[in-house]
Amino acid sequence: MPLRLAGEIPIEVTVNGVKKKANVEPRLLLVHYIRENLGLTGTHVGCDTSNCSACAVLMDGKVVKACTVLAVQANDREVLTVEGLSREGRLHPVQKAFLAKHGLQCGFCTPGMLMSAYALLKGKRHPTEEEIRKGISGNICRCTGYAQIVESVKQASRSKQW
Amino acid sequence: MLPSSFEYASPRSLSEAIDLIANRGEGVRVIAGGQSLIPLLKLRLASPSLLVDINRIPGLNHVAESGDFLRIGALTRIAEVEASAIIRERYPAIHDASEVIGDPLVRNLGTVGGNVSHGDPNNDMPAVMLALGAEFVATGPAGERTIKAGDFFLDTFTVALKHDEILTELRVPRRRPRTGGCYLKLEQKVADFATAGAAVQVRLDKGDECEEVGVGLTAVGPTAIKARKAEGWMRGKTPGEGAAVREFARLSAEESDPSTDLRGTSDYKKEVVSVLVSRAFTRACERARGAT
Repeated sequence: MPLRLAGEIPIEVTVNGVKKKANVEPRLLLVHYIRENLGLTGTHVGCDTSNCSACAVLMDGKVVKACTVLAVQANDREVLTVEGLSREGRLHPVQKAFLAKHGLQCGFCTPGMLMSAYALLKGKRHPTEEEIRKGISGNICRCTGYAQIVESVKQASRSKQW
Repeated sequence: MLPSSFEYASPRSLSEAIDLIANRGEGVRVIAGGQSLIPLLKLRLASPSLLVDINRIPGLNHVAESGDFLRIGALTRIAEVEASAIIRERYPAIHDASEVIGDPLVRNLGTVGGNVSHGDPNNDMPAVMLALGAEFVATGPAGERTIKAGDFFLDTFTVALKHDEILTELRVPRRRPRTGGCYLKLEQKVADFATAGAAVQVRLDKGDECEEVGVGLTAVGPTAIKARKAEGWMRGKTPGEGAAVREFARLSAEESDPSTDLRGTSDYKKEVVSVLVSRAFTRACERARGAT
């Protein structure tokens, strides 16, 4: 059931390459717009207090916390969610690397981790380990201890399938 | 979490934004990066009736040296500051701070202007701007006025902007030869508030005497603190005197007023200030000597 609230204003957001129109209340957060209005539940709400980045998405190419952006602020912008990484049913190299290197355990942080890793590698295809650790430093994982996640990002940076 | 209801406007020009704010009176909040404000809205610690979003106003996002200043547009993202070559090479204290503000996602949206005008003593840029002797441009219905960083931070979450003014530009004195700076912060984890932070800016003469010294402190008082006594005391002394540096650091800590919390006791934090000031000063001097 999409959230429908009073005092709505029209927005148009390109989500995973598709233009979406909606009327939203200004206080609606981008993460709720993505999950509840669009039904894209790959983007997770973790802490809901701007700490964990499980809700990370790309907005105009920059990775941001969708729980700390208003949906109206995404008007006329491009949003990429984890659902937009795969192409024609094939996992993105970053996703494949997380699978191959066990870059997750419970998987709750994974969508956000994938988006931060993707943004990092898009900006720099072959980061050092230090740059990888800095790049994912905003994303909290409570299972892995990060070692396999760093290995996953390294593996993704070596992939020739981008 | 949903914020309480508010109206929203996204003006396309500065004059439009100022009109909106001036006509509305109280209850208006300006939103830029939103990385401090949106969490407050969600917790309903802030409940504005109108949010004026300045993100689509052109002309507020720039980093350039011109005239006597380095000019930083208020809407410049922290990540843009972090990536700026001119800031990294010529204003290292600002670069240091840009690397430790929040986390990479926060830095992608958070702005320099917001970091300063939010008035949070835990924010990192205020201390740097105090150390560098920056001034801020406030634009309101009557036009522009400048406010010195030293006069800007009045109390926690309270700055010298009038309710109908928007911070539009930060002006840092243009770097002179043999000038260096450094910002250091102790934090328990990424994106946590600082236990304490210290910014130091120095200009050395040919004999290695401190001609100018600036000190700003983070998270150790109701506002960011300019350690004026310590600055005045160190002026004219040389960094080579170990005892002088120790006294300088001690005086800086004396000017801090930290509260005891989960990050440490007041006494512990003062000790941290002293250590950070000493280290930041040493690094700032190295940078001053290396820079031409």
